[in-house]
Amino acid sequence: MKKELITLNINGDDHEIAVHPWRTLNEVLRDQLHLTGTKLGCGTGDCGACTVLLDDQSVSSCLTLAIESEGHKITTIEGLAPEAVANSNLENCELNPIQESFIAKGAIQCGFCTPGMIMSSKFLLEQTPNPNEDEIRAGLSGNLCRCTGYNKIVEAIADAAEKISPTK
Amino acid sequence: MSTDQNFSVVGKSLPRSDGRIKAVGAAQYADDIFLPGMLYGKLLRSPVAHALIKSIDTSAAEALPGVKCVITGQDIPKVKYGNWRLVPESQDEYALAIDKVRFIGDEVAAVAAIDKDSAEEAIRLIKVEYEELPGAYSVEDSLADNAPVIHDEYKQDIPNISLDRKIEYGDLDKAFAEADLILDDVFTVHATSHAYMEPCSCISEYDHDGRLTIWTSTQAPYFVQCLLASTLEMRENDIRVIKPFVGGGFGGKMEMRPWEFCSAFIARKLGRPVKFTLTREEELATGRRRHPMRIHSKVGFSKEGMLLAKEFNVHLDGGAYNSMGPTACFLCGNFGAMLYNYPSYRYYGAHVYTNKPPAGAMRGFGAPQALFVAETQMNMAAEKLGLDPIDIRYMNAMETGNEIPGVATISSCGFKESLIKVAEMTNWREKRKNLKPGQGLGLGCYSFISGGVFNWFNTRYNFTSAEVRAFDDGTVHLMTMASDIGQGCDTVLRQILAEELGLKVSDIRLTAADTAVTPQADLGTWGSRVTLMAGNAVRKAAQEIKEELFKMVSLKFDLNVIHDLRCGNGNIYPANRPDRAVSFGEAVRMAQRAKRGEPVIGYGSYTPRNKGLVTPAFSFGAQVAECEVDKETGAIEVKFMTTAHDCGTPINPMSVEGQLEGSVHMGLGYALSEQFIMKEGKTLTTTFLDYKIPCAEDMPPGISVHVDTYEPDGPFGAKEAGEGLVSPTAPAIADAVYAATGYRCMDLPLTPQKVLTGMKKI
Repeated sequence: MKKELITLNINGDDHEIAVHPWRTLNEVLRDQLHLTGTKLGCGTGDCGACTVLLDDQSVSSCLTLAIESEGHKITTIEGLAPEAVANSNLENCELNPIQESFIAKGAIQCGFCTPGMIMSSKFLLEQTPNPNEDEIRAGLSGNLCRCTGYNKIVEAIADAAEKISPTK
Repeated sequence: MSTDQNFSVVGKSLPRSDGRIKAVGAAQYADDIFLPGMLYGKLLRSPVAHALIKSIDTSAAEALPGVKCVITGQDIPKVKYGNWRLVPESQDEYALAIDKVRFIGDEVAAVAAIDKDSAEEAIRLIKVEYEELPGAYSVEDSLADNAPVIHDEYKQDIPNISLDRKIEYGDLDKAFAEADLILDDVFTVHATSHAYMEPCSCISEYDHDGRLTIWTSTQAPYFVQCLLASTLEMRENDIRVIKPFVGGGFGGKMEMRPWEFCSAFIARKLGRPVKFTLTREEELATGRRRHPMRIHSKVGFSKEGMLLAKEFNVHLDGGAYNSMGPTACFLCGNFGAMLYNYPSYRYYGAHVYTNKPPAGAMRGFGAPQALFVAETQMNMAAEKLGLDPIDIRYMNAMETGNEIPGVATISSCGFKESLIKVAEMTNWREKRKNLKPGQGLGLGCYSFISGGVFNWFNTRYNFTSAEVRAFDDGTVHLMTMASDIGQGCDTVLRQILAEELGLKVSDIRLTAADTAVTPQADLGTWGSRVTLMAGNAVRKAAQEIKEELFKMVSLKFDLNVIHDLRCGNGNIYPANRPDRAVSFGEAVRMAQRAKRGEPVIGYGSYTPRNKGLVTPAFSFGAQVAECEVDKETGAIEVKFMTTAHDCGTPINPMSVEGQLEGSVHMGLGYALSEQFIMKEGKTLTTTFLDYKIPCAEDMPPGISVHVDTYEPDGPFGAKEAGEGLVSPTAPAIADAVYAATGYRCMDLPLTPQKVLTGMKKI
């Protein structure tokens, strides 16, 4: 079967690429464009490590076809703090508040679930700017983590919510 | 206890040094590496559990456009491998099966192609003719009369028992004869998956200098280097193993594995880089797992509750190969009698081959199984003797200075304090009296090791080592083969080094886990060994630097006693005259000048010697689970977890908390939700939809407190923190369920079905 020529808008940049219709967005991001911040943990939509935003919606990039992503704004983890990714001096860059909170609260261990966790958190905080603990846990129910036991991730999201949309 | 030191970096909850790079998505894991001209590899696995390979036809696969290489067991050196190099006959695996397959998933062939689709298609085109043999799918099957022999090339005293271990001390028969209470029970515990988030991946490249470089998701670069050398018939020094960022391991990435071999073998053959990345289905269907065990435990008490005797018979269901089973068999015997004073003890452990995916090392490594049994029997004994479960433990508990016969002397122990703490925090005695129907409170405890002493890998090097280079700009470069797989040793080792040299963490550059660059050797990340062992090596390297710099600074100050000097705030200064400080960088400059330009380099190593048989240091702790059971459905809700633990000095308290919370997660999954459903050797639970690790909503709230001890053999008093706490959760929950329902679980996992069935029997 022939490849389709499509244009994907990823983190603000247009990428013209040829893809087979069965190619997933995750394969295109990782294997073709080498945007490897988005991970692949299971390939069946169960673990959330591949989460990206399609316009304002969080999706599992392993279950999303590349061709159906055309015409949408795709945001990956690399798009949250583009300066930091491009800048060699990571220590002095401003990150997204969610990223800062994940670091400060110890919400990162092996880091493999982290990009997906942060993208799901971003989606959650856009839907629910001041979530309570139950809402945070529900918002993370599609993202698995084997290292942290989730508590520090929940704390980090509450901390980020307070920074982004102060309640006091 | 001598926590007399005022630490400036140790004991601080600093954010991890790799936090930022991970948070922005720039951390490269093995599968994130792309090399020019790279090929994609794929493995063909056996669809049958036990069979002879009659023929393999690879011609159609080789003819497929884009396919560059197809290899089978016939193409590779006939060299077996395994981690237990000390006992060569225990090395029972070929990278690709030769003549016989022993489990569903056994690797049979490998291909490399220009893209993933071609590699997958090629795998489907390989034709293998099998002659199926009867299979053995449980310990009982394997030990039955006329059971199929899974490895017939070795002489085994009892067919299918690959090795066994015995421990005996005290007069067991006499002690049982004098016992007022004897419990004699059989328990079964199940297999679980590491379920690390990053599936295994590696990429190999062969260069024109004749050296092979492999980036691989591993916990033990040195093991991979040595075993690739032997299986590829190359020299160790011609193999460079680099550990990139690793997405968790939990014991599942501490062996050389077939994809590492195949990637290296094909890269060498073709002169092109080759990447292999496993799918989650491969991981769950064929990957290593925690040992299922059948445990027969007989334990005797006096009527006052004192432990008198224990007989512990364990059959480990090892699957098709030894993997790390020999160590599990060894350690399970130790964990069976580690937590309390057992005046007499007899252990027999047997590692049994079955036609299933091999079990390997997994967090806790023999302890979750042994302690589920030991702790459940402590709870049963307390009830039968009319004692409080806290009290029966307290009277038998290990203490600092106690000896485990033939094993070790315990150099620090906060067990009794942990028991007191959890009882206070939960209001244990009152709360137990006032439980409503369906509510339960249960107790479980643990002890764990801080790295191993026994040299089963047969390394010719120190167990771990570190090199520190000091620069006249006031910075240092730490080089260590210690492997951060997510647990945070890159951060913790920097903290230890900064503390010793009086520097800031930001003054330290770290190069880790690259066998061509970092000093030989380190055995890897397992057995909770890194903080204590690598930490001690880093401290020793730093002390060499200090000694050299102090000599220089002494000259300047006319001080002739070296220990009058201190490191702190980036300076070296006389203890009584901090105002007369010389900066660290200036001291390095002086030392370098005195040596006509030679750099200032410190080397440190650590090998546990004269530390008994098992470990240099033991951690301890106690945990209480509060549960509610729905008697209509059998559903168990864990309402709260309370933990008190003793890990010596926490080098980074936030990191320790993260380890403890992660342990509760894994312990909860072990107790309640995680299991492999198997049918005749086939794993049916091959997605995270079926293999249920707890998600954020499943985690109970909880609290944990640290009991203050100082481990004399650990760096700044530190010992194990990341592994032991996986053990108490299952027995604590099972005991709470017993209190709530009257059903005593002796067969993990604790599913609602078992609770309902168990309640009906009462």
